[in-house]
Amino acid sequence: MQPILSIQNLSIEYRARRGRVRAIRNVSFDVQRGEAVALIGESGSGKTTLGLGIVQLLPGTARVTQGRAIYRRSRDGAPSEIDTLQLKGRALREFRWKECAMVFQSALNALNPVLRISDQFADTAQAHGYLQGRALHARAEELLKLVRLDPDRVWRSFPHELSGGMRQRVLIALSLLLEPQLLILDEPTTALDILTQRNIMDVLKDLRHKLDFSLLFISHDLALAAELTDRVATVYAGKIVELASVETTFKEPAHPYTIGLINAVPTLKGTKEDLSSIPGSPPDLVEMPAGCKFHPRCPLVESRCKEEEPELVEVKPGHQTACWNWRSAREALQTHKVQG
Amino acid sequence: MPTPIITLDHVTRTFSVKRQTITAVDDVNLSIREGEIICLVGESGCGKTTTGKMIAGVLPASAGRILYLGADISKLTGTERKKFRLGVQMIHQDPYASLNPAHTISAIIAAPLRHHGFTQGETQTQQRVRKLLETVDLTPPDDFLDKYPHQLSGGQRQRVSVARALTVAPSFLVADEAVSMVDVSIRISLLNMLSKLKDAMGLSVLFITHDLALAKYFAWEGRIGVMYLGRLVELSPARWLVEHPQHPYTQVLLSAIPEADPEATRHKKRIELRSMDVPSLLRLPTGCSFHPRCPQFLGEVCEQVTPALVESDGAMVACHRVTRPAPRATEL
Ligand SMILES: Nc1ncnc2c1ncn2[C@@H]1O[C@H](COP(=O)(O)OP(=O)(O)OP(=O)(O)O)[C@@H](O)[C@H]1O
Ligand SMILES: Nc1ncnc2c1ncn2[C@@H]1O[C@H](COP(=O)(O)OP(=O)(O)OP(=O)(O)O)[C@@H](O)[C@H]1O
Ligand SMILES: [Mg+2]
Ligand SMILES: [Mg+2]
Repeated sequence: MQPILSIQNLSIEYRARRGRVRAIRNVSFDVQRGEAVALIGESGSGKTTLGLGIVQLLPGTARVTQGRAIYRRSRDGAPSEIDTLQLKGRALREFRWKECAMVFQSALNALNPVLRISDQFADTAQAHGYLQGRALHARAEELLKLVRLDPDRVWRSFPHELSGGMRQRVLIALSLLLEPQLLILDEPTTALDILTQRNIMDVLKDLRHKLDFSLLFISHDLALAAELTDRVATVYAGKIVELASVETTFKEPAHPYTIGLINAVPTLKGTKEDLSSIPGSPPDLVEMPAGCKFHPRCPLVESRCKEEEPELVEVKPGHQTACWNWRSAREALQTHKVQG
Repeated sequence: MPTPIITLDHVTRTFSVKRQTITAVDDVNLSIREGEIICLVGESGCGKTTTGKMIAGVLPASAGRILYLGADISKLTGTERKKFRLGVQMIHQDPYASLNPAHTISAIIAAPLRHHGFTQGETQTQQRVRKLLETVDLTPPDDFLDKYPHQLSGGQRQRVSVARALTVAPSFLVADEAVSMVDVSIRISLLNMLSKLKDAMGLSVLFITHDLALAKYFAWEGRIGVMYLGRLVELSPARWLVEHPQHPYTQVLLSAIPEADPEATRHKKRIELRSMDVPSLLRLPTGCSFHPRCPQFLGEVCEQVTPALVESDGAMVACHRVTRPAPRATEL
């Protein structure tokens, strides 16, 4: 079966006073039908930009400079291909909720503060000529229950009457209203406490099981990616530097940056010695270093890394990485850590 | 035993909300030693920030006393008061609100240095500013000196807040979610930096966080306190708390945490609460306020008696289930 989404050689820039911010650089990857793919990476690496690009919600200062985002529709008979970057007007509006919905990072403020939850659902439904009145209510009730909210309590409430976690779940329910095939969630649980986060994670796992949509899950929390997704793309300085199944990413990462990220996450069972940080900070996307963008922070840097940027190569089927030293990186960094 | 640097003695803080009184912090007792790291964890709204603010002297207690090196902070005057003001620094939860948007990073950090005479002359001040920025991994410092807070990311702003708190060489730091927006890769080095200050200068830290794994790591030789609806329900050496949680609430929290290991996190046994809803402080449950959600609810005693924080197996725990002997099979 063909992937539901194929990102092909996508590049996105922002115009800023200081120059061009190259937020996404020649990124390609697929999302299979029913699959959950995580985008992980440090703050400012371009994760949100990629999500916004797919649904054409980039701010005016942004520009897609190359590439395509092929979405494969499967509803209503014959499968058809569309490049989401070319969509306009009605086709775009339809794509946005019916095919692909995105829940944003700043989601806590995404609900209209003066509208009751019922009206938020009604507005969205009406804008797309979807169910109305009783039928809508019934559908919304079903969705609110799916995200483990009490419809009676939530339906007539204003957003400010709900806690952060409840609002987040309302948004997830709302995004599912038009039965999208692809859901993009950008940091859906940051700023929520452990139990609320746990609840939302359980809801998402449950929903995937029941509704079988594809998911692009953006997060810098590696543990959430480990729990929820099938494949992980590690993003560094606007580029995917490693792409592998979730097991491989966490058990056999090959890129020094992915290895560094994983070594920096404290675990409940771990000891103090298991942890180390990645020195330095992410690069300035206006004036990026030459060669591999990670080289100023990489413990394995060699002269070649400073000159030539590595592209993704196959480590084994289904596992790609962009590093000149991938063959030795894991072993080298294991010993490196013991010395450090 | 040396005098603790901070002591909370039956500290309570109430607020009036909608003409009613809520108790945000309820009868908390806690002593923090010099050079100790204590992490405070718990759900949103349980009173962590309020506790931190009272210790930092930003918010007065409604009842009870807070002692700094043995002296009641509400009664300090003159140089003693100034010593306390400088000695206890707070890094606020929201780095957006706590940095003056009209000042450059350089000005924000230089001001307390000059004001309190920590540096002599402009060259020395500038040197110290650079050094502090390097300490919090904002390197090279030249990239940050002339920026305004709005030009920095959330994680970078948090690091500026840490640097600013360190300007006056405090002996006690209240760090409220101080690294929550900092990238995982940098977080550890920032915490290691604070650990070094603890070792070198006897700095004590009250670290407020949602992340229990991080709390265990940072408070390695210190303690973790778990709060629920204003009360301290478990207080224990950090590793002991994570490995042998005794309060049912602590157990629920630990079981809820996702882990960066696909196998482990998908098969982890989760403890279900009896109810997801956090009770409102306006209508606190009677007895143990955790009882409506508690998976180990015993019955009447939990509904009627507020459990005290008492010693149990190497920790302090406030739970009837833990402090009374388990019922024998015949009684069930
Ligand atoms: N409107 C904008 N104008 C100029 N630059 C921007 C704009 N929005 C984002 N950027 C820059 O583009 C880069 C990528 O930003 P993006 O928000 O995609 O990162 P992210 O990976 O989602 O980070 P985070 O984890 O902090 O959300 C960053 O360097 C950011 O500063
Ligand atoms: N100035 C105030 N006026 C009224 N109520 C307040 C005030 N400050 C705090 N509260 C209430 O006191 C309780 C405890 O708040 P606090 O900020 O200490 O919680 P917290 O544990 O820090 O939560 P979070 O994890 O969300 O930061 C909350 O119910 C809060 O709404
Ligand atoms: Mg983002
Ligand atoms: Mg707080």
